[in-house]
Amino acid sequence: MACPHRPGPSSPTDGEVRVRRARSAPWTALALSFVALAAACGGETAPGTGSFPADVGGTRIPAYPERVVSAAASHTEILYAIGAAEQLVATDQFSDYPAAAAATPKLDAFNLGVEAVAAFAPDLVVLSFDPGDLQAGLTALGIPTLLLAPPATLEDVYGQIDALGEATGHPAEASALVREMAAEVARLAAAVPGGAAAPTYYYELDPTLYSLTSGTFVGGLLAVLGLENIADAADDGTGYPQLSPEYVLAADPDYILLADTRCCGQSARTVADRPGWGSLQAVAGGRVVELDDDVAQRWGPRVVELLAVVAEAVYR
Amino acid sequence: MSGAGLNPERPLRRVGPLALGVALVVLLGAVLAGLLVGAVGLSPGRVLAELADRLPWVSIDSGLTEQQSAIVWELRLPRVVLAGLVGATLAAAGAAYQGVFRNPLADPYLLGVAAGAGLGATLGIVSVGSASAVVPAVAFAGAVAAVALTYALGGVAGGGRAGTTLILAGVAVAAFFTAVQTFVQQRHADTVREVYSWILGRLSTVGWTEVGLLAPYAVVSVVVLLLHRRLLDVLAVGEEEAATLGVSASRVRLLVVAAATLGTAGAVAVGGLIGFVGLVVPHIVRLLAGSSYRVILPLSVLGGAAFLVLADLGARTVLSPAEVPIGVITAFVGGPFFAVVLRSGRRGWGP
Repeated sequence: MACPHRPGPSSPTDGEVRVRRARSAPWTALALSFVALAAACGGETAPGTGSFPADVGGTRIPAYPERVVSAAASHTEILYAIGAAEQLVATDQFSDYPAAAAATPKLDAFNLGVEAVAAFAPDLVVLSFDPGDLQAGLTALGIPTLLLAPPATLEDVYGQIDALGEATGHPAEASALVREMAAEVARLAAAVPGGAAAPTYYYELDPTLYSLTSGTFVGGLLAVLGLENIADAADDGTGYPQLSPEYVLAADPDYILLADTRCCGQSARTVADRPGWGSLQAVAGGRVVELDDDVAQRWGPRVVELLAVVAEAVYR
Repeated sequence: MSGAGLNPERPLRRVGPLALGVALVVLLGAVLAGLLVGAVGLSPGRVLAELADRLPWVSIDSGLTEQQSAIVWELRLPRVVLAGLVGATLAAAGAAYQGVFRNPLADPYLLGVAAGAGLGATLGIVSVGSASAVVPAVAFAGAVAAVALTYALGGVAGGGRAGTTLILAGVAVAAFFTAVQTFVQQRHADTVREVYSWILGRLSTVGWTEVGLLAPYAVVSVVVLLLHRRLLDVLAVGEEEAATLGVSASRVRLLVVAAATLGTAGAVAVGGLIGFVGLVVPHIVRLLAGSSYRVILPLSVLGGAAFLVLADLGARTVLSPAEVPIGVITAFVGGPFFAVVLRSGRRGWGP
């Protein structure tokens, strides 16, 4: 089906993205329009272009799936971007992008049970984690179930997009999306000025100073921009250490990236009000970047947007 | 009198100067360690100079940068003070509960304070977000409401608010509040992480604001509990015996519960749920120094403060510069330490 005739939800106008540092920098604008375009017009090709039965990651999908259940917001975003929206019959409560996704029937991601999922009579289920025997239970009922765990690298994301493309019968759209994302990432990486010392950053996951290291997916993504992460020295083996406030003060990072603006109401102002934080150069110099938690947490097509927002703040 | 404070054979009715001295030295040492050691290596000499500089009629240039000075005054000092206040309050409340309920398992969370604060905090976080200053207030309100409900239930259930009736009412109230909290959390699953990190305790990001919030409650609570130390000794012989001496068990219980609740609710509201301090510190004091509440209460206040200051020091240095939840430290260190003291102590539970 053609893009303009799609029901309203995925039209570019509701690419409704919260970029707080809304500046008309060409980078962000470009990345955003690209994402919106991908979300809106992923489904150029007619459905059913894939070949079935398909074997995806060890799961056999006998025929073009017409009732897909997605239990993760990231996968929902990918499914919309590759034109599989029509096939979605249910998503989890966090799936709210693009706006149409919020209106799909909902599953409780915290209480995923075989029955609850099977009630939607799906012919394909996509999970990002298995609370325990869910995949086995659904498979036993003859429901093909893909388990695509949170990725470690950008390559993993591309792999998941391709897997979802194959599984839902949209392989061409999927590989087009991957190509565009990779090109955009390469462009952002190439625009990083060389020579000068790498800017340092502190990435905040919540106001109790949980952070992440370069070993994590998001940390690895930001490393593409040539940034140095102050949490790397504090890695406790999990990749997500809780930093000591005095360590952040002493490290005095060039940038503070807040990924807790939605969840926890943090902003440049609340950061400046924290005891002792007013003396930080990032605070004094207005280099506190307010990210959209959702964009920062998900591994859908919008990872490009996360990169673009940070690149704009750092290298504008 | 020297050594008497540590002699388990002699019944001791008041805190000897030695025991008091030892406790004060331990607390002072803990506070100094808390100020001198941290994730960032600051020269101890400079930190001491920085501290001395603020004394009246003293002016020393410590040589610390603005940021290092902020680390000492805005991060380490309020954190140490708050840990001390929370530790002192919880230990005093625990000691008083153990006395007033004559139950060695009593701790400050016995009557539902934790469940009430948890529900209050969850409702606050769900409705206005965790950044709001409203959260400690509703946590406090929830804690007080839970204990008030426990008290009312204990009265309705008969037994004239006897200790056991109150404890059982506390179990019922805690279960109910926890159930409601779980339900609310389920309905707002996106706030799970915030609620969780609140529950785990959060001395890591506190400042003088939190100290100012807690101090009045902590001081009132600890003073009232200390004033009851003699009455707790009387209660220890039994409620009927106490009555013949003109002491009303239920009246003492009401005052102790009210004071302990005020302090504990304040501590939980600003510091989250920190376990083990209120249970273990009074027992350690009892085993080391004597079983009279005139000994246990004052030493628990000092010991609880020192214990939590040291536990917090551990929380920020064990994996430095990463933090470990303080509740993990208190249980990890407190448990085995308690076992050793219990094993080597010759004094059983009881007066």
